[in-house]
Amino acid sequence: MDNSSGVLPVEQVKKSFYQESTNKYTGIGAWLLTKDHKRIGLMYMYAIISFFVVGAIIGLLMRLELLSPGGKLFSAQTYNSLFTLHGVIMIFLFIIPGIPAIFGNFFLPIQIGARDVAFPRLNLLSWYVYITGAILALTSLFLPGGPIDTGWTFYIPYSVRSGTNVSLALFAAFVLGFSSILTGINFVTTVHRLRGKGMTFFKMPLFVWATYATAWIQIIATPVIAITILLVIIERAFGVGIFDPALGGDPILFQHLFWIYSHPAVYIMILPAMGVVSEIIPTFSRRTIFGYKQIAYSSLAIAFIGYLVWGHHMFSSGQSDLSNMIFSLLTFLVALPSGVKIFNWVATMYKGSIDPQPPFLWVMSFIVLFSIGGLTGLVLGSLATDIHLTDTYFVVAHFHYVMFGGTGTIFIAAMHYWFPKMFGKMYNIKCANVAVVLYFIGFNMLYFPKFIMGYMGMPRRYYNYLPMYTPYQRISTYGSWILVGTIFFIIGYFVYAYYRGKKATSNPWGGVTLEWHIQSPPIMENFETLPVITHDPYDFSQLKEMKNE
Amino acid sequence: MSGNKHHIGYGTYVIVWIALLAFTAITVTIAGVSLGRYTLFIALLIAAIKSALVINIFMHIKFDEPIFKIFLALSGTTILIIFVLTFVDILYR
Amino acid sequence: MSDHENVLDHKVHRDDVGAKMGMWLFLFTEVLLFGGMFLIYAVYRYQYPEQFHIAAMELNTNIGTLNTIILLTSSLTVALSIAALQKGNKLLSMIMLGTTIVLAVLFLVNKFFEWSTKFAHGIYPGSSILTSKPNGQILFFGLYYVMTGLHAIHVIIGMVILAFMLNFIKRNKVTTDNYVKLENSGLYWHLVDLIWIFLFPLFYLIQ
Ligand code: HEM
Repeated sequence: MDNSSGVLPVEQVKKSFYQESTNKYTGIGAWLLTKDHKRIGLMYMYAIISFFVVGAIIGLLMRLELLSPGGKLFSAQTYNSLFTLHGVIMIFLFIIPGIPAIFGNFFLPIQIGARDVAFPRLNLLSWYVYITGAILALTSLFLPGGPIDTGWTFYIPYSVRSGTNVSLALFAAFVLGFSSILTGINFVTTVHRLRGKGMTFFKMPLFVWATYATAWIQIIATPVIAITILLVIIERAFGVGIFDPALGGDPILFQHLFWIYSHPAVYIMILPAMGVVSEIIPTFSRRTIFGYKQIAYSSLAIAFIGYLVWGHHMFSSGQSDLSNMIFSLLTFLVALPSGVKIFNWVATMYKGSIDPQPPFLWVMSFIVLFSIGGLTGLVLGSLATDIHLTDTYFVVAHFHYVMFGGTGTIFIAAMHYWFPKMFGKMYNIKCANVAVVLYFIGFNMLYFPKFIMGYMGMPRRYYNYLPMYTPYQRISTYGSWILVGTIFFIIGYFVYAYYRGKKATSNPWGGVTLEWHIQSPPIMENFETLPVITHDPYDFSQLKEMKNE
Repeated sequence: MSGNKHHIGYGTYVIVWIALLAFTAITVTIAGVSLGRYTLFIALLIAAIKSALVINIFMHIKFDEPIFKIFLALSGTTILIIFVLTFVDILYR
Repeated sequence: MSDHENVLDHKVHRDDVGAKMGMWLFLFTEVLLFGGMFLIYAVYRYQYPEQFHIAAMELNTNIGTLNTIILLTSSLTVALSIAALQKGNKLLSMIMLGTTIVLAVLFLVNKFFEWSTKFAHGIYPGSSILTSKPNGQILFFGLYYVMTGLHAIHVIIGMVILAFMLNFIKRNKVTTDNYVKLENSGLYWHLVDLIWIFLFPLFYLIQ
């Protein structure tokens, strides 16, 4: 190929970024003080996966408690703390930073043909801020006062009354939000300022588009939760009257402010995942993506409409009927851009030559799980049914299907897709295929019964239940063993591949976005010479040229 | 060199500053007069004019990259949306 | 900060527009942070219009006005400082920046006296005098302390940043043809001013 993509002609001729340091240190210092976006991405990865494992184990413990009625394992208070911790860890430490911080950091600069993000130093700072937040959150568990028990939603008035370490946990969330904001600022600036030659906005891969839209939500939504959290802390510390109804405050106003962030946060979780799907599907269908522009725009549309629908978490809070109706209507609008994406993905696969490698299979299971989550979301989005189902297991099932089945699954898919690029090693494909199947079975066993229980009336956040739910709870707990077991299995074969895996070629899947043009693992600063982009992002005619390199 | 080559002279800044002080005087004076329900409106209008001056001249947005204006509009719109949708609840509760 | 230029930096070209873009994005987050508080203010003012009026009587409009003038002037001086540096007048730039910092201190001193009078009158969060007042007034003072307090923290942060800039100019780290750091600090300082432009009428001018 002509040098239009800054390609390395021969495999593995240069030292990879693992072998070079951006600073004068080697060993651990080369990591902890690095300004290289790839290393920072990996540092996020190790941290985030560790927290995910902790969260999953807590989930496992809760399921164990619910194996049989009677509340034998934990007290009610312990259970309260468990689901709060589980929620806080999964939301703030795993799923919100997950894809953008790891894969965004690692691949966004590469995919737009840049050497790094716009503010490398700030990028490192974000990681430290994230770790600080995480440490604060974990500290709050062990200090006197006891772990926080308010639920991850911190609703007023209980969160100003609870004697547990609410303030510290809230402060942790504040700090984590700060990290998220910094990452957002970094990515928006990177996309505007550092695109390579010829990389127009409409030549950017869709993962970049999605991460870009996400970064915007991080910038314009996170400050709202930051201030809300800060106000609750101040209220607890100084008895200032802000939200506490005893001092005239309006607890529903707290819910507004909370969801003004936390609903868009749902899109912070799902948009990057959708971006990953838009990468994987064309690669394994060997076809250019169908409706590139619509998908790009639909990311922006979702980001925008997602900002308008927070009130659907508050249908039973006592907000005005008019709000209920407006928010319900707006909620249905989000289905449109999401539908655009789904149809375009399907249309991309149509008549493609599909290569069912593991990343593709993970995407398939994502589509099923996410569709179940999305469709049950419609049930909750309509007023009448929501009144019946709110605060039941139906909701628990719904958000696990969207967050875990959606973003969580794609997180794993992205691992399978980019692992060879990040580490230069290939994992065992057979293991991966088995894992998809086990995961799918475990997942549905774990969560599908919760829909039924919720419909029957099982409330969420209870450590005990009536015997009538026993069979469903049983299945659910068995499912949790399969699911968490599978997750450990996956981590296992990745770790094995890291140490013992076969060397991966630079382009094992036949992808054409820029990261597949460079060696695996990439060199320091990604490109020998900065690429000049001439092709559309999913133009598979490049493949032939790439083979000749 | 910084990105924008348009340098504003000292004079312009001083004029803007005088205007800002004048608006402050106006808003303080008006607050003393009872205008009923328009008081708040006028106070906010003046604050808006003052901030427009600060943003455009002191903060150079008028002369900076056009994209900054788009960004600004975006965050403005966001705040507007938050206010409107919250008040749909507060006003009709 | 700029002492250790890392390996990356000398390969990446300097991007002043990018730096400013980052700053603007950061400012938006600040605007939304305060936007959230203004929203709370708006809601409570709508719910307790009379109480807000009565409570606002307690505030000293003169101090408020004085502080407005101080901040507006400091905004001017920081703008002049940048203009001076652009024109290559290092000394004037430093004088203007110094003036800005002095004005910031004045603002804080005023604020301190204002708050301490309130405290002396027993109006502070959790005090028996305040909690015996009607709800609307408790909320008013709650917001008053939180919003002006948070603003004051921003003033302090701004001051520290400007002091760094002063030092940078002195040591020629910020110069006629490399002043984006000063510009960004200026932007931050103007934002502090902007917020006050709204705080002022909403708290001091509603009697
Ligand atoms: C690894 C397997 C997982 C298991 C076994 C699990 C299990 C559970 C259980 C039993 C509950 C409590 C339900 C209740 O009593 O109300 C729960 C709540 C929750 N889970 Fe998970 N979960 C898992 C993964 C995840 C993931 C990946 C996420 C996020 C992406 C997540 C987010 C949440 C949230 C936000 C809550 C609500 C906490 C609250 O009520 O405050 N979970 N989960």
